[in-house]
Amino acid sequence: MNLKKILPQLLTIVVVVLIFGFFSYNAQVNMDNRGITFGYGFLSQESSFDVQFSLIEYDGSHSYFRAYLVGLLNTILVSVIGIVFATIIGVVVGIARLSKNYLIERTAAVYVEFFRNIPLLLQIFFWYFAALRALPLPEKAEPMLGVFFLTIKGFFVPAFVWNNLDIFIYSIIAAIISIFFVRLYAKKKQENQGIQTPVLLISIGLLAVLPLLSFLIGGAEAYVEIPVIKQLSQSSFTYEGGLKLPPELISLALALSLYTATFIAENVRAGVQGVSKGQKEAAASIGLTPNQILKLVVMPQALRIIIPPTTNQYLNLTKNSSLAAAIAYPDLVLIFAGTALMQTGRAIEIVSITMLTYLSLSISISILMNWYNKKIAIKEK
Amino acid sequence: MFKLVKRLTSIVAMFAVLFTFTTETMAAKKSKTLKNTQKKGFVRCGVSQGLPGFSNADAAGNWTGVDVDVCRAVAAAVLGDASKVKFTPLSAKERFTALTSNEIDILSRNTTWTLSRDADIGLTFVGVNFYDGQGFMVRKNSGISSVNDFKAGVSACTNLGTTTELNMRDFFNSKGIKYEPVTFEKADEVVAAYDAGRCDTYTTDKSGLAAQRIKLSNPDDHMVLPETISKEPLGPVVRQGDSVWEDIVRWSLNTMIEAEEYGVTSANADMMKTSDNPAVKRLVGAEGELGAALGLDNEWSLRIIKQVGNYGESYKRNIADTGILPDRGPNQLWTKGGILYVPPAR
Repeated sequence: MNLKKILPQLLTIVVVVLIFGFFSYNAQVNMDNRGITFGYGFLSQESSFDVQFSLIEYDGSHSYFRAYLVGLLNTILVSVIGIVFATIIGVVVGIARLSKNYLIERTAAVYVEFFRNIPLLLQIFFWYFAALRALPLPEKAEPMLGVFFLTIKGFFVPAFVWNNLDIFIYSIIAAIISIFFVRLYAKKKQENQGIQTPVLLISIGLLAVLPLLSFLIGGAEAYVEIPVIKQLSQSSFTYEGGLKLPPELISLALALSLYTATFIAENVRAGVQGVSKGQKEAAASIGLTPNQILKLVVMPQALRIIIPPTTNQYLNLTKNSSLAAAIAYPDLVLIFAGTALMQTGRAIEIVSITMLTYLSLSISISILMNWYNKKIAIKEK
Repeated sequence: MFKLVKRLTSIVAMFAVLFTFTTETMAAKKSKTLKNTQKKGFVRCGVSQGLPGFSNADAAGNWTGVDVDVCRAVAAAVLGDASKVKFTPLSAKERFTALTSNEIDILSRNTTWTLSRDADIGLTFVGVNFYDGQGFMVRKNSGISSVNDFKAGVSACTNLGTTTELNMRDFFNSKGIKYEPVTFEKADEVVAAYDAGRCDTYTTDKSGLAAQRIKLSNPDDHMVLPETISKEPLGPVVRQGDSVWEDIVRWSLNTMIEAEEYGVTSANADMMKTSDNPAVKRLVGAEGELGAALGLDNEWSLRIIKQVGNYGESYKRNIADTGILPDRGPNQLWTKGGILYVPPAR
């Protein structure tokens, strides 16, 4: 009865299984022939290579799995930095493209056309080698504000050294939770009594006061460690202390955000232009201020158009960050699918893990953005 | 009656097995790689992306170097023409996969012979064509004259996925120095980053340092430190599982080295056929049936010497005359104070 419906589906499944079966069987036979073993046991072995930049404690005495985590975190780090800056630049440029000021509008348009039409890898090389050529050697670096040093060996910034960091973090979490409740309360009050509460001011106050309390009575302590120049040999110097951002990270984040921002800018422009003129006029006619029009009428509707394509750009940026391997930024591809693959020779295992990792990263971003998209979508009543 | 049939079939089966076994060994002499190479008409050889002296292409796309000469020797032995080689430039990261996945048949790309590479990932090293060791390059004006002058915080540029990366860690760890490894996939990027001042030192095999120094903007401002921190025996690699092909590549290399030992050169090889020394006569194929053991004709070694030259000629042409490493160091024959020593061809 339902055979007509089921048969094609069954056939599809059989074909898919056969294809996968053929390839795995083929790989198995070829690997056996060449005496290559298959297994994930290597992940617990000592990696015996070092990495220049890591968010967690790592050196060559740790395992390959730890090296994988280092790469993953570095990939996430550059993606997050890239996404934040791409969004900021994208929104600013997108709005600039709508400006009535000819110069601003043209500048934004030229920027968009220029950066989105040059291959990303070239841009990464440009920023990296341009940065290396243009940045001063550590001993010649001019301090910015006396404590920041931008040099060829990296951007050295002061770092906080903490005592009782936990209490400080708890105080921030407490502040965020209380802000959440204040907002709930303010919303209810407006709905019931029509009175607006200055939520923003209260939030800023909470964010300032609670952490301050943690210093005054919680025993949290912090002092600033400023980078100090150190001589390595007669002609070479570096900085010690403070925090170091490698030039590879800076140029990669720069290239990724400048490139992706062009696409986001176009999304923003399309979104704002997609809100019909009548909406703004209607809002103005009931006496809303221009700020309120943007905040309450235009943006909520524009966001619905902006978010879905921007999600794609976030995914692209995350995947593009794998080009890091070209300029020595130790991301997942460079550390794990590069060095670890070379040192262990486990190509199939490592490439499959890397692929699955990128897949999970992309799906996580998708889920998050879809949730946000649903939240701002028109709620049919 | 039934029993008889059963016995008969088993005897027939036994003979069948025996027969297939003998034909199999005959076929194995003609290895799969050898057969494919002869059918294609060229040797598929994986080389570096440009390392002067070892494997480097000129503007016209002609490859030269001591690593290149190993592949040419195999082509001369197997196909009779040293020019019938197809070169595939590979990064350090790609090289082993290219070999195990059958894209190339010989990997002759300044590759270090180590236990794990030999045993674990389906490769077989056939010999050593260059004894190297890891060294460091620094700027002359740094005042660093020995590896003992490095201080904590030093940044070191190198290629990723190499033994260099591991030796570097062992070395700095043993000195108790915290260092910053900056690793690139391509050698040209390592050189560019070091040249720009990103790193205080550039570390790789000493032969590589000597060769890459030419690419720096001011080669004379840089020098290689005297110390060698590791053993790096570099040599050609083949896929595991084709022992005939493995033997062909091994003995092509050995022939070049032994030819130098007996003073057989590309110029005098033909005359050596009438030499008084039986070892020399065997080497040029005038005595014995050594080629047959490899599934080749008896002129194979003569062709190698005539078309490619002996090891000394290859070294002189590619490494000494180009000014990369005029001093042969350990890559001198054992009879002249070096460590080049190959088993006899007999």
